[in-house]
Amino acid sequence: MKKLWHFKGGIKLPGFKSLSNTQVKQAPLPEKIILPLRQHIGEAAEPVVAVGDKVYKGQLVAISHSFISAPIHASSSGVVVDINKYSIPHQSGISEMCVVIETDGVDKWDPRIEPNVHPELLSADEMRVRIREAGIVGLGGAVFPSAAKLKPTRTIDTLVINGVECEPYITCDDALMRSHPENIIRGILLLRKLLNPVECIIAVEDNKPEAIALLQETLVKLKTAGIGSVNTIRVVSVPTVFPTGGEKQLIKVLTGKEVPQHGLPYEVGIVCLNVGTTAAVYDALYSGKPLVSRLMTVTGPQIKNPANFEVLIGTPVENILAAAGGVISDKHTLIMGGPMMGMSLLNAKVPVVKASNCILVEASAEELKSSAMPCIRCGTCATVCPMNLLPQQLYWHARAKAFDKLEHYNLSDCIECGCCSVVCPSKIPLVHYFRFAKTEKYEHEIKAKFADQSRIRTQVREARLERIKQEQEARKAKRKADRQKKKAASADADVSKQVSTG
Amino acid sequence: MHDMNTVASSVTSSPFIPSSASVAQIMRTVIYALIPGIVIYIGLFGWGVLINIVIASVSALIFEWLMLIIRDRSIRVFLFDGSAILTAILLALAIPPAVPWWIPVVGSFFAIVVAKHLYGGLGYNTFNPAMAAYAILLISFPRELSLWNVPLDQLNQSLDFIGSLQFSLFHILPSTVQYDSITSATLLDHVRTEVGLGKGIDVISRSPVFGYISGAGYEWVNAGFLLGGLWLIYRKIISWHIPVAMLSGISIISGVSFLIAPNTFTSPLIHLLAGASILGAFFIATDPITASTTPIGKIVYGFGIGLITFSIRAWGGYPDGVAFGVLLMGLTVPLLDYYTAPKVFGARKNK
Repeated sequence: MKKLWHFKGGIKLPGFKSLSNTQVKQAPLPEKIILPLRQHIGEAAEPVVAVGDKVYKGQLVAISHSFISAPIHASSSGVVVDINKYSIPHQSGISEMCVVIETDGVDKWDPRIEPNVHPELLSADEMRVRIREAGIVGLGGAVFPSAAKLKPTRTIDTLVINGVECEPYITCDDALMRSHPENIIRGILLLRKLLNPVECIIAVEDNKPEAIALLQETLVKLKTAGIGSVNTIRVVSVPTVFPTGGEKQLIKVLTGKEVPQHGLPYEVGIVCLNVGTTAAVYDALYSGKPLVSRLMTVTGPQIKNPANFEVLIGTPVENILAAAGGVISDKHTLIMGGPMMGMSLLNAKVPVVKASNCILVEASAEELKSSAMPCIRCGTCATVCPMNLLPQQLYWHARAKAFDKLEHYNLSDCIECGCCSVVCPSKIPLVHYFRFAKTEKYEHEIKAKFADQSRIRTQVREARLERIKQEQEARKAKRKADRQKKKAASADADVSKQVSTG
Repeated sequence: MHDMNTVASSVTSSPFIPSSASVAQIMRTVIYALIPGIVIYIGLFGWGVLINIVIASVSALIFEWLMLIIRDRSIRVFLFDGSAILTAILLALAIPPAVPWWIPVVGSFFAIVVAKHLYGGLGYNTFNPAMAAYAILLISFPRELSLWNVPLDQLNQSLDFIGSLQFSLFHILPSTVQYDSITSATLLDHVRTEVGLGKGIDVISRSPVFGYISGAGYEWVNAGFLLGGLWLIYRKIISWHIPVAMLSGISIISGVSFLIAPNTFTSPLIHLLAGASILGAFFIATDPITASTTPIGKIVYGFGIGLITFSIRAWGGYPDGVAFGVLLMGLTVPLLDYYTAPKVFGARKNK
């Protein structure tokens, strides 16, 4: 047994996992695929196709130029019918540039894609290029471009593969671990080549015993098949406490190390990837196929047939709902992600994106809402905060928009996990305040920066005007002095003239 | 500020799991935890205790209701959140059992109207309402507030329920009972007066008012409150920090004093189990609204109350000092909370 640590705070939540934990079903091919150009953290990709172009499944449709970005690929074959702004999955329902493909029903892969029998023979740099070109981003929800994570600037001790899946209801990672354990482990073996870690840990919450057993069996199987490097991989069962799946919390539980404030895991010698991302790396390097689909849970009390689906990226949510038998009643809330950290969707027309691990169909918003009482400062929120913050203080200062105080109480470290809101006896939507305050604080800082810049500009301008004025005056004075000198000189000359003439 | 509130109530955002805890549930649990102490109190000292609790609670609810109407707040949400009744019960337990009816009524008025609602109502009050009201009563009506009941088993003449009610409402006692014979000074009061007269603890402690350890009758009542307080910690309604820190504060300073001058100062055990130490440590100082919220802040806050409590008992003008300790340390809370914020996850050493 591996020694485990624990992070402060966290809560135990009902799982509701058995609801959706079925065999993975294939979602039907949609007629239309909507591919947002920004499905990742960083810069949006730039389209390389035009309206009217025929595309194959897996063909590049948008290219990324900067390091923190990822390309986008057609998730089925068909014709590009529009490149325009469409509503994307976002809290406020904003629209962003998307490539829309009308599918031809053939779902034909790009013939240029070739499988690779021995990707382990590739050089590390070649592997990184392929991972990057496959458009792989963190599939646990953070959608950070994976290739950028795989080139750390210091030595890595531990590669952590996150199969915790601590959100209630969601089971797609569990389904992946049970259906494709070998892909995950072979993916880890490839990642080892890039990072050279001392050890690799696959962390799984102890509420998924089947996945743990299957991963362990696969390790034994690969070892008997002669792959000795699996010896560095261990499957570790971690206690079911939300949010153990949070990167920082999981690293603490597994290694006792705390990722420094505003820092990244590599600073403590760790790289952390989700199991889905690891399987996507396997797919990209062995089959050469880019990331065009993902596993996704469709679940909740308001959907007829909860299940896990393999879904093409860009499939409209309404198609997935139909595949799961449709909603039970019109009075429901659509949530993308889990009940703790997901976002409510304004409509079902938005597409599934690389970050979409779950569609949760919950009761209506009215039923979920409860009227808030004043804060009685009981401090329960602080005892459950996994970042060791004081939510009750942040709440006061968020309401007062006291930005310096919010900074003092480390608002920016809030991971918006929702623990504080769930335990609040006054039913205050704390996380909502914090999210709002972060945006406000950001805007305030930008404004302050602009104000600073314009103040400096004014100061520089005033200084310049002052300098010009002084220079003018100096010139004036000099001219005056020169004139007087001249005058005096000419007077002298006159005098001498007079004298000489006189 | 206003726009933010509208946003909070109109948009649904994560988490989508409703909170199952409630303010009313917390208040109810605290009230349940007081029951063992209250039952023992009534059993040993008579019906006056219960009469005070009822008068204080009813008047507190009436004042709460009026203030909610005046301040245009939801009566459905706030009237039965349990906070007014809890304040009233704590106030009733702080005053002697044999007082006229208007003492708890005036106390409730001050607690609910002034200390609570004029400061903004539930969650916004700076001072502990029950203790602010008690302090005002003590200063305004020192005579009524200083005569406490003698335990029933030490009495020849006792007061039944009707007698207690008559005393409370009309200030009449049955012809067989004299006021002076049913009331006396408490242990702490007794010690303070006698030490003031130059007597030693060895002589003073022979008085029947001492009971087994820390005051005839009252030691059992406090044992009841201790039981309820420990249950609150077990139920995670309160944390251990404030009670442990406050009782440590009392023990350390009274222990040192006792070691230096054992004939002038009573033992730490008496200080812990007499007066309002236990009730204060578990039920009053732990009032979340007015207490510090950080772990270190709670310890400083509790310890400070302990020190002030002992100082007032030993050198101040009142027999007990818990109320003033709670009120004075309450003033330090904003400062304590600011300077004792726990280190954030992953805090860098040289931030």
